[in-house]
Amino acid sequence: MSQRGHVVIDIERCKGCELCIPACPPQVLRMTGEHNRIGAHYPELLSGCTGCRACWLVCPDFCFEVWQFDEPGAPGARPGE
Amino acid sequence: MSDEVLRSDRPPESGATRTGEFKPTLQLGTDHDLCAGCGEPLALRTILESIEELGLAQRTIGVIGIGCYTALTSLMDLDLIQALHGRAPSLATGAKRMLPDRLFFTLQGDGDMANEGLQEVIHAAARGENITCVLLNNGVFGETGGHMTATTVLGQRTKNTLEGRDATQHGYPIQMVDLLAPLGGTAYAARGSVHDASGVVKTKVMMRRAFETQMRGEGFSIVEILTMCPTGWFVPTAKGPGYLNEVLGAVHVTGEWKRDGRLLRGAEPEAPNEAKERGAV
Ligand SMILES: Cc1ncc(C[n+]2csc(CCOP(=O)(O)OP(=O)(O)O)c2C)c(N)n1
Ligand code: SF4
Ligand code: SF4
Ligand code: SF4
Ligand SMILES: [Mg+2]
Repeated sequence: MSQRGHVVIDIERCKGCELCIPACPPQVLRMTGEHNRIGAHYPELLSGCTGCRACWLVCPDFCFEVWQFDEPGAPGARPGE
Repeated sequence: MSDEVLRSDRPPESGATRTGEFKPTLQLGTDHDLCAGCGEPLALRTILESIEELGLAQRTIGVIGIGCYTALTSLMDLDLIQALHGRAPSLATGAKRMLPDRLFFTLQGDGDMANEGLQEVIHAAARGENITCVLLNNGVFGETGGHMTATTVLGQRTKNTLEGRDATQHGYPIQMVDLLAPLGGTAYAARGSVHDASGVVKTKVMMRRAFETQMRGEGFSIVEILTMCPTGWFVPTAKGPGYLNEVLGAVHVTGEWKRDGRLLRGAEPEAPNEAKERGAV
């Protein structure tokens, strides 16, 4: 899928409130079953981010950095390895 | 959407532009001790970004009340004065009269503004003091355990209204913006809500308009922001935004209540085009 946007998620700051999940219009954020150092679940990114910044606007713990690709589908939007 | 999980621990290698930094420039860090799902840090972002965008970082002084938001002062790269509970509007009045070219804002909660210091804010507004008061309204004394305040809505459960606020026993809520907007000294009055992305964007529009009103010397401005307090409300964090919008928002109606000295009673502020284009609104 072509990527218009990308987010970097600071999972160690996350408190697991889940506010970002319903806020994401294309629903590309999903809570993982993993725990961070404070014991909170945190979100992961699926493909299809538009870079709309809704997650960034609603996260009370400043966990998101948002990027917009100059050309959709540019390098860098790779699946996890 | 597919179920392919992408790496989100680093920025794209090339061909991309950063459009949202983790934190506003005027914010010193991202670590704070407020609860998961609290709305107050979202309000902080709207304040700091507005000050930065107006180019007033070096000319701003915040006067801070007492509540959970007081802990956010360690993140604010601004000159600050700590007020006693409820007294921020009076402290800001004196300081502004000494330094009239500075931008002054107060940061207060509903317990701070509507209970402890109600007369301070009413008189500051009636006198037309050229300051901006920011009210973070979560309908509870959050920091001291989530008890009822003057803004708690009827039926709302708090630590001392376990069956819900009952008018016959506890009286009726005070709607602060509705109360202050009609006063002659009030130039700008608005109520926003941080329950969703669109609400945060609109709240920031209000914050900028209030600061611009003050810098034009037009008089008192108030921006009330409805904020989630899942801890005080007995509500799971993920349900906080819905509860805020449906329960508190039904009584404390969002919108602009006064602009350029004209009463509007809840008009919708236009969201900036940029936010609309991105689909965040
Ligand atoms: C004169 C005085 N009375 C009482 C207190 C105790 N006190 C500290 S925070 C607080 C509640 C603040 O509530 P609010 O302003 O709504 O802020 P919130 O914690 O909900 O964000 C109270 C009563 C105090 N610090 N000073
Ligand atoms: S920027 Fe928008 S599309 Fe991308 S993850 Fe955040 S909310 Fe979802
Ligand atoms: S909104 Fe922020 S703190 Fe809450 S779950 Fe999402 S990333 Fe974590
Ligand atoms: S008690 Fe309420 S207002 Fe205070 S930090 Fe927790 S959620 Fe926020
Ligand atoms: Mg409160």
